[in-house]
Amino acid sequence: MKWVLVVMCILATTVGDVFRSLGMRHHGEIHDFRPGAIGAMLAAIARNWMVIVSTCAMAVSFFSFMKLVSIAPMTFAVPMSAATFIPETLLARFFLREDVDWRRWTGIGLIVIGVVFIAQ
Amino acid sequence: MPATKAVHAKTRLWAAISVISNVAGNSALTYGMHELGAIGNTPAALIGALFHPWVAIGVALLIVWTFAHMALLSWADLSYVMPVTAIGYVVTAFAGKFFLGEIVSPARWTGIVLITAGVTLVGRTAPASAAPASAIGGKPR
Repeated sequence: MKWVLVVMCILATTVGDVFRSLGMRHHGEIHDFRPGAIGAMLAAIARNWMVIVSTCAMAVSFFSFMKLVSIAPMTFAVPMSAATFIPETLLARFFLREDVDWRRWTGIGLIVIGVVFIAQ
Repeated sequence: MPATKAVHAKTRLWAAISVISNVAGNSALTYGMHELGAIGNTPAALIGALFHPWVAIGVALLIVWTFAHMALLSWADLSYVMPVTAIGYVVTAFAGKFFLGEIVSPARWTGIVLITAGVTLVGRTAPASAAPASAIGGKPR
């Protein structure tokens, strides 16, 4: 059960983040943070299929993580949540076509190792 | 303020909102879930848990996090936002030390130093490098 939840969490978070990034890039940069403008922005992204896919995936990720922390210690759940960094960075480079230079790769590597230490 | 500095400042502000709402939201959620104890596996049980006050506060803060994260991703790269907001792991460790009196072991200090170094390194890159949305899925640059 524990490992099923881990796999669900990693897959759902990765899909959620990649589609959220894609959907928000399609929407364009948010400049106006006044309540009316935020309402209009939420109405626009509610019709964006990439954001809808992302929200569904994030809901799966949220409930899987909620269940995982109720049956497994945080020292297990926290490093598992950082496992998404690797597939997400690969997708950011090869699917989203971001410029992932050596500083980003090294930084992400340090963070993943760091999360394993911090969960001890 | 030059454009690049303005983008960095705006990105840091929204990254801070994202990290604080995420850490506070997850802490409230975890506290609420521990108070509830074993809840079973059914969707009804999970939805029922949302009515516990601490779980509800956690969910409200995670809605703020969702908005801040979406706003960040409207101008910044995923490979920038994801590592930079990982400073939340360090904030959680310090919150545990100062609010809950948890002992930070040498292994945890090592983790804090490694994550901070990683976040600093990624934070020095330009937040946005991505191709236009219309070019997604093609050959990487």
